[in-house]
Amino acid sequence: MANTPMKERPLSPHLSIYKPMLTTMMSIMHRITGMGLYFGMALLVWWLFSAAHSQSYFDFVQGFIGSWFGRLVLFGFTWALVHHALGGLRHLLWDTGRGFDLAKVEWMARATIAGSITLTLLIWIAAYAAR
Amino acid sequence: MSMRTPLGKVRGLGSAKSGTEHFWHQRLTAVANIPLVIFLAWFCVSKVGADRAEMTQALSNPLVALMLVFTIISITWHMRLGMQVVIEDYIHNEGGKVICLLGNTFFSLAVALTGLFAVLKISFGG
Repeated sequence: MANTPMKERPLSPHLSIYKPMLTTMMSIMHRITGMGLYFGMALLVWWLFSAAHSQSYFDFVQGFIGSWFGRLVLFGFTWALVHHALGGLRHLLWDTGRGFDLAKVEWMARATIAGSITLTLLIWIAAYAAR
Repeated sequence: MSMRTPLGKVRGLGSAKSGTEHFWHQRLTAVANIPLVIFLAWFCVSKVGADRAEMTQALSNPLVALMLVFTIISITWHMRLGMQVVIEDYIHNEGGKVICLLGNTFFSLAVALTGLFAVLKISFGG
């Protein structure tokens, strides 16, 4: 068995052969935002850790997060969080066996994009207004 | 005719020996994360540019500290499960896969414990 050469087996059609569609992109975005959040969590606990560490270390980390670049990263983190959460809500709905017809799937994909942008902006406006 | 043993059938764990645990924990933490990330987003954005006194003041509120503890536990468990699927999907080389799965667990645990330690230390008095 071990010495039998592997036969070249045909692969089922993959990403490169299908026309990219909104729902495909949303599936990929769910993974990408999830992975972004995964590493973003390290930044979050770095920030919490610095507050537990010392004044000078906190000032250094807060200086980075408070800079325009830090705020951009945090804005991206917030958007990824909302996008992944809304995408997750779709998955929870699908788990119940509902929402599989094309019109609904397409509508939910659009609602996720619009919702993630709107909610992210609202969170930032609310947080700045509350300061 | 089923080839499965009666014991195997009762345990219902399948060939991977873990049954639906991964799926179920992923959903469990997903549901928990819905209210928790709303809190987290608010907490982070409202503390951008805050000074340390403001941070420690916020964390001295036991409710805020507890919410952060819940959030850190639920999110790190969820992200470990999610990254595990990504690794299993894309890394086919057996050695590389095992190393990545180990790293995934170490990273998630490190994030969880660092976050929890920091929150509790500040909450218990700086």
